[in-house]
Amino acid sequence: MTRTKNSEPVTDVDVASGRSAGGTVARSLAQRFSIVIALVVVIAVFGSLRPDTFLTTSTLQGILGSQAVLVVLTCALLIPLTAGDYDLSVAGVLMTSQMMIGVLNAQQGMNIWLVIVLCLVAGAVIGFLNGWFVLLFGVDPFIVTLGTGTILSGLVLWMGDSTTISGISTGLTNWVIVNRFLGVPLAFWYGLIITAGLWYFLEYTAAGRRLLFVGRGRAVSRLSGLRVTRIRWAALVASATLASLAGILYAGTTGAADPVSGEAFLLPTFAAAFLGSTAILPGKFNSWGSFIAVYFLVAGTTGLTMLGAQSYVSDLFYGGALVVAVCASRYSRRKEVRESGSL
Amino acid sequence: MAVPAQAGGASLAGAPPVVEARGVSKSFAGVRVLDSVDLDVLPGEIHGLLGENGSGKSTFIKVLAGFHDPDPGSALRINGEDVPLPLPPGAFRDYGMSFVHQDLGLITSLSVLENLRIGTFSRARDWAIGWRRQRAEARSLFDEFSVDLDPTARVADLDGTQRALLAIVRAVHEMRTLRGSTRTGPGMLILDEPTVFLPETGRRQLFSLMREIAGGGAAVLFVSHDLDEVREITDRATIFRDGRLRATVETRSVSDTELVELIIGRELPEHGGEREDVAPTAADAAVVVEDLADERVASVSFALGEGEVLGMTGLLGSGFERIPYLLFGAFPAATGTLRTGDETLSLPAMDPVKAIAHRMALIPADRQNNGSVGSISVRDNAMLQIIDRYTTWRGLSRPQLARDCQETLDRFDVRPPIPGIAYQSLSGGNQQKVLLAKWLGADPRVLLLHEPTQGVDIGARAQIYEVVHDAARSGCAVLCASSDYEQLAAICDRVLIFDRGRVARELRGADITKDRIAHECYTLADRAVPAGPTEGEGDGR
Repeated sequence: MTRTKNSEPVTDVDVASGRSAGGTVARSLAQRFSIVIALVVVIAVFGSLRPDTFLTTSTLQGILGSQAVLVVLTCALLIPLTAGDYDLSVAGVLMTSQMMIGVLNAQQGMNIWLVIVLCLVAGAVIGFLNGWFVLLFGVDPFIVTLGTGTILSGLVLWMGDSTTISGISTGLTNWVIVNRFLGVPLAFWYGLIITAGLWYFLEYTAAGRRLLFVGRGRAVSRLSGLRVTRIRWAALVASATLASLAGILYAGTTGAADPVSGEAFLLPTFAAAFLGSTAILPGKFNSWGSFIAVYFLVAGTTGLTMLGAQSYVSDLFYGGALVVAVCASRYSRRKEVRESGSL
Repeated sequence: MAVPAQAGGASLAGAPPVVEARGVSKSFAGVRVLDSVDLDVLPGEIHGLLGENGSGKSTFIKVLAGFHDPDPGSALRINGEDVPLPLPPGAFRDYGMSFVHQDLGLITSLSVLENLRIGTFSRARDWAIGWRRQRAEARSLFDEFSVDLDPTARVADLDGTQRALLAIVRAVHEMRTLRGSTRTGPGMLILDEPTVFLPETGRRQLFSLMREIAGGGAAVLFVSHDLDEVREITDRATIFRDGRLRATVETRSVSDTELVELIIGRELPEHGGEREDVAPTAADAAVVVEDLADERVASVSFALGEGEVLGMTGLLGSGFERIPYLLFGAFPAATGTLRTGDETLSLPAMDPVKAIAHRMALIPADRQNNGSVGSISVRDNAMLQIIDRYTTWRGLSRPQLARDCQETLDRFDVRPPIPGIAYQSLSGGNQQKVLLAKWLGADPRVLLLHEPTQGVDIGARAQIYEVVHDAARSGCAVLCASSDYEQLAAICDRVLIFDRGRVARELRGADITKDRIAHECYTLADRAVPAGPTEGEGDGR
């Protein structure tokens, strides 16, 4: 095992991989940016069909601002997904924090910033309880969070007496949707910052690496000295806390708290997470992929609505995107393995 | 070749063999792994099948099961009738054969009765299940074989012996009910090492069940590693080595030495010879383990010196393979302490986090599921243990990580040395090198290996030996649990041989040869057996 001995095979392989690299690099680049291309295509198609409504600054600003909620909620979901756990309670948590703002701020008149802190604490507690059931009882998180999410929906209806509560402090709405930076509502920038932060965490910290190992190989992680239970638990707490932040943004975006509309976020969140995992870093849940996926999905549904499609079209679009994305991500991971295997 | 008197053969005298194999061969990619086997199994006999791993005995059984298609020229007669080859999968049932594999194939969340009928449901004509009738039938079946099982109990609540008994009774039941109506004959039960993990009392129960079955006229083919068991229960035994049938012997009239020679195929060296005393004393040992026990390991104590490579081996089920995992806290131990330096750690309270904190490293045999994550890059796998060293104030220093990883891959001669590719795209040998690199990068003081060259090609094997030697030379204490005698002979300073959860022998210096290790493994069982309590064996000094 001297250096001279192995320097030869190294160059051999480099040459070999370099020769085939031309094709693979182009293909892998196309795959990494497939979703960006798809986004551009969607914008171009609808822009040419409805230039006067689709391609306006107000439409653009509206989409960018209002969808920040979905961006943040998807980021929340990505954390447990990376750790190998589903969290179906994210939409329930979002509704809970939105309704807490409605009840405590709009009805009871509590200071909005104090309410925001309470919402984040409540989110963390819900995540802690999810982790409690999942990890101490060894139950499938899919089932546990399906249950807790439903419990939360019920609580929200009860808290808000099944009515919409308006009159949320303008302090919040100003800082979410009214105030702008570069002409775009602040909410968009919050989403951008959280996406970048999650990217940094997953790609540039040791903790992010450990999270990935826990998600991909529990036994390997345990035998490598990772505290698997603690890491999964922390992921569920982080997810619920971020989902709670998404609920705060939602309350700020709409200026009101309604007890049902939040449920509609669950499926798009999963669609964006899985669609995102087919791009940028194919085969891996990643926040930039999901960020672009959110806007791709929204551009698609908005454009179709402008063409006169009924509101059910968004269900068709999101549902279809989820199924396609899951199949595509499975395929791309298999392909990744096959291609690297051919080296 | 008389039918043994005890086997109830009297009533069947003159009956044709249950199975007659003639010239059965099997090749994989041009390599003959089974070479013209001629084997008869008679009704009412218990027939042992002996041989090392890879000797061809499991290939032969898989041909009977229809899992492997034999090569052209092979012939098989069952109950005196020629059988067309290859057998379609599952056809063995129609010929009255039934298999019990080591894992037993029970569904633990279901009841005894459900497990008993699982194979027959699929063939049942009636759409509703008459549970009461079924329960009564099950009870009478258990009574017939004097097996004490409650049909309504959940299999999860049964102990290992009861599960094995259930699996065997089920096999007999299936053999009877599923045999094609047109065919007659006594049937044959094939038991593939069902006793490996059973305690002594369970073994007795199983043997009496096997005698009941043979007494009823069926043939029992009993695959085992354990000479003592084969000697106790079988009438005749067939020995496989290197794909060939070496001999079929009357078990009672053959000596242990003859059997061992048939199995390992070489004239054995005389015992004794020069011994170098290289065992560390408790004072200078890097690790001292005392009184280690769990369900399959009984009060094992040993010392492991700095720079020493200590081998552990034994037959399947002897418990040696659990030691690395127990020391690392991967499985919980029932009792035991581990002393390293001035610290004494309780092994029941051990876990991997603590083990790593004490600079221990475990290279498990199952690298795909326990060693590294296949879908993650070689780089991330190789650097996982030391990733915190690359954390700076602005997060991971990825360029530094990549450089060091490249250097590591070059040093361990991993091919291709590309940090970014998925771990699972490497060959077995290169995967193992990455796994060694991962753990040696953390600079362990104790290296625990389990089957370190399993599934590794010859070239990489030598490199892995070199890596282990280098680690030992730099002061690391190495423990290698392995069933590869050649490997143990190549790398170990001492070898402990296990039998039924205990250290039964210790080989040192010149005694450590492949043949000697094999010989000790196969003959130990005989000496340790005297029916009385097996306590007080000590650690074999």
